[in-house]
Amino acid sequence: MGVLPFLIGWPVLIALIVPFLKSERARSVTVYVGAGGVMALAGALLVQWLLSGGVVMSFYEETELVDHLMLAGELVLMALIVFLSFKYRKYPVALLSVAQTAVLIWTEMAFPVEPASHMKVDGLAMLMTVIAAFVGSFICIYAVGYMKAYHHHHTEYKDRTGFFLSMLFLFFGAMFGLVLSGNLVWMYFFWEITSVVSFLLIGYTRTEEAVRNSFRALWMNLLGGLGFALAITVSAAALHTVQLEEVVQAGAPIPIALLALAGLTKSAQLPFSSWLLGAMVAPTPSSALLHSATMVKAGVYLLIRLSPAMAGTMGGTMVSLIGGFTFIACSMMAIAQNDGKKVLAFSTISNLGLIVACAGIGKEETIWAAVLLMVFHAVSKSMLFQAVGSIENILGSRDIEDMHGLLLRLPKLTYIMGIGIAGMYLAPFGMLISKWVALKAFVDAGDVLLVLFLAYGSATTMLYWTKWLAKLISIHHTKVEAKDITRKDQYLSMFLHSVCVVLLCLLFPLLERQVVTPIVLQIFGSAHEVLSMSVLTTMAVMLISVIFVPAMMFLVTRSARRVYVPIYMSGANKGDNTYFVNSFGEPEHLYLSNWYLRFEFGMRHLMRPSLIFSAGLLIVMLCLIVGGAV
Amino acid sequence: MTQVLSVIGYLLLAPFAGGLLDGAGRIVSARMQGRKGPPLLQPFYDIWKLFTKQMFAVNSVQLLLNLSYLVFLAVAGCMLFAGADILMCLFILTTADMFLIMAASSDSSPYSTLGAGREMIQMMAYEPLTLLMAVGFYLATGSFHVGTIITSEYSAVLFLPGMLVGFFFITAIKLRKSPFDLSTSHHAHQEMVKGITTEMAGPTFAIMNVAEYYEMVLMLGLVAIFFINRNWWSWPIAIAACLFVYFLEILWDNVCCRVKWKTLLGSCWIATLLSGGLNLLILMLIR
Repeated sequence: MGVLPFLIGWPVLIALIVPFLKSERARSVTVYVGAGGVMALAGALLVQWLLSGGVVMSFYEETELVDHLMLAGELVLMALIVFLSFKYRKYPVALLSVAQTAVLIWTEMAFPVEPASHMKVDGLAMLMTVIAAFVGSFICIYAVGYMKAYHHHHTEYKDRTGFFLSMLFLFFGAMFGLVLSGNLVWMYFFWEITSVVSFLLIGYTRTEEAVRNSFRALWMNLLGGLGFALAITVSAAALHTVQLEEVVQAGAPIPIALLALAGLTKSAQLPFSSWLLGAMVAPTPSSALLHSATMVKAGVYLLIRLSPAMAGTMGGTMVSLIGGFTFIACSMMAIAQNDGKKVLAFSTISNLGLIVACAGIGKEETIWAAVLLMVFHAVSKSMLFQAVGSIENILGSRDIEDMHGLLLRLPKLTYIMGIGIAGMYLAPFGMLISKWVALKAFVDAGDVLLVLFLAYGSATTMLYWTKWLAKLISIHHTKVEAKDITRKDQYLSMFLHSVCVVLLCLLFPLLERQVVTPIVLQIFGSAHEVLSMSVLTTMAVMLISVIFVPAMMFLVTRSARRVYVPIYMSGANKGDNTYFVNSFGEPEHLYLSNWYLRFEFGMRHLMRPSLIFSAGLLIVMLCLIVGGAV
Repeated sequence: MTQVLSVIGYLLLAPFAGGLLDGAGRIVSARMQGRKGPPLLQPFYDIWKLFTKQMFAVNSVQLLLNLSYLVFLAVAGCMLFAGADILMCLFILTTADMFLIMAASSDSSPYSTLGAGREMIQMMAYEPLTLLMAVGFYLATGSFHVGTIITSEYSAVLFLPGMLVGFFFITAIKLRKSPFDLSTSHHAHQEMVKGITTEMAGPTFAIMNVAEYYEMVLMLGLVAIFFINRNWWSWPIAIAACLFVYFLEILWDNVCCRVKWKTLLGSCWIATLLSGGLNLLILMLIR
């Protein structure tokens, strides 16, 4: 397992080199090499791990030097946050940062713990590494082309592409460190790096809005970080250990609840959702990275790790209720959005809510569903963000209304979007199957509320994806031509993503048997069959039919002789399906809009009550947990 | 063997059963309004005529999307009649409906786009109950498998009366009956022209109609599994119940006027919560 330090070190090295490269060409080459290296290293680690039997492995007991370096690193991070918060006059943020660093240093001084392994490789960690490495690397490759077009469009922002790419790579390093750490102190260090890096990415454009949103993201994540630091203190003081595994086995309610709070903030659950919604001001690759493979997945990763300790406890109820509520509330709010990236953001939060709810229940089936949801969501969402980003670069807008009839204008991007959207909610793609298993598990757990949340939430989810898809495939000829300026490296990334989505669905039985079940086995020590092989085979057949039936029908109907007629428009059609004669006898342009139900499902109406409800729920439950344990 | 026969039976006979039911429904409806009504076989004459018409189309994809709608509906029905997983069947039903919406949206025409939008709202209105109903069957009989559900000792309706009431509500949406025939209806439509089917003509429209017959039989099949148990006499009861539910839908169609989408969504969601949700809660408590 000698690859481990390189896997974390390599992206950090690239992150250090990239900003100092002035020539665009050298930068692109470095990013390609860096991304390729990350994938190769992750692949090497995977192979090594599989060759040694694919079991749980621990490393690095004596790490005094690294521990000291990390402490120094934490102090540097704190200094950076304090400096920036004074610069932008956001003083409370500095306070949060100082408080948690102080708590951590005090804990290390006051409660020394027995040395134990610091890194741990198991199925879940490996899966997260592979997702982050591959999805993330493709996003970096995409970012090279995207940033050129971005700064071509947005001349008002200072070009800091080198910094941007460097931060993307730093994010990888931190993510790998986070998922591979078995020690809470190490995990905390990487956790803080992801918080700070996401803060720097969100503030990329340095506009007023960007600064505001980045600080919002920072304070929310630091709040989670404070919970994390306190959890370390409590477990070091009471349990004399800072190993995540041992804390979970001990099942102490307070550290678990505090760690769950950290997980909830990072995975942007209500009432902490606004940081992820605000994160869209940054260039698209960073949104793709934050939403799909890294940042928010770190939160659900931690919650999945905690899940055996949460099953049937007050903490588990808190997490599953918050998750279930987030699922339905955010899917409702997504209906009222016409900004493509906002819909994606709400859908991310909503889907994460489902994963969080599954983790909170903490049964084998729910973790099975949670892991699968995580895999499918990472790939589909990354692809959708990239596609929307490319469309935005071409049309100069990411308004869904402007995507009317995109099938004729940008066919390639539309197909990519179509695959992504279908992957997010249609039968029998993976997300839906995982949802199905989650439904069954909620019923078995006897949780009526979650079943209701899921039933209504799927209906609202269906609406916002369907209306987007319907918009894309309208056959509408407009005079406005769209020139596809998407670069080859962007297409490469999106194409590989779409192949991944389809393959993941086709190879679903394999994925389930070889990847997900072993992970559940490692977490719980036992795993029983969630879906029988016959069901899995039926689904694979169904998937093929979903792809092949329309294709077949295309072949069948191609030869059908048709007389093409203009559409009915109430007023006389001018012949081009675009203008009709109005009651004054003048030509009127046809404009078709989607339904947004703003007055019923708008953010303005739903956000505040949802925030109050979820914040209240969180506070009350935390008080009950702490009060019950003391 | 029974499975294969039942699936083949469904594929071959469902359009005829659907057509006959439609014809009978028109007569009953007419009698309620004091008219004589068309002959029983009128739907078949209509469909035959539609198939022999010239193929008018507004674009090249509508026909293939409509055919996909038909195929997926047939697949969903086959899953039910083969005794497969009921949730899977309902999910495929949703996928099928998606293709109809895509077919209507692809026209980029004002009335069919409006119809497609309303159809989406209708889907959102009925979907929660279908999921809850499947969960209800699972709680009542211990399985999502239709084959197991219909061979249990007692009829599921004994445990799921609320679900049946809720299902009656949403069947009105699926059968395109007033007060929930927002996206299109069997009657001449005023503000929507013909809604989702405005741009469909000739054979394309006929395909859509055949698909609706498959859907009708599928919906009534879902009603039937509420009643069927392992005893033979539950079958005639189930068939009688299906006919009765169909009659009630016609009656409701005749006494109610079309509602606005907000009323549709609100009433369906509340009915789902009150009948389905409460039924579910009780089932979970007594389990």
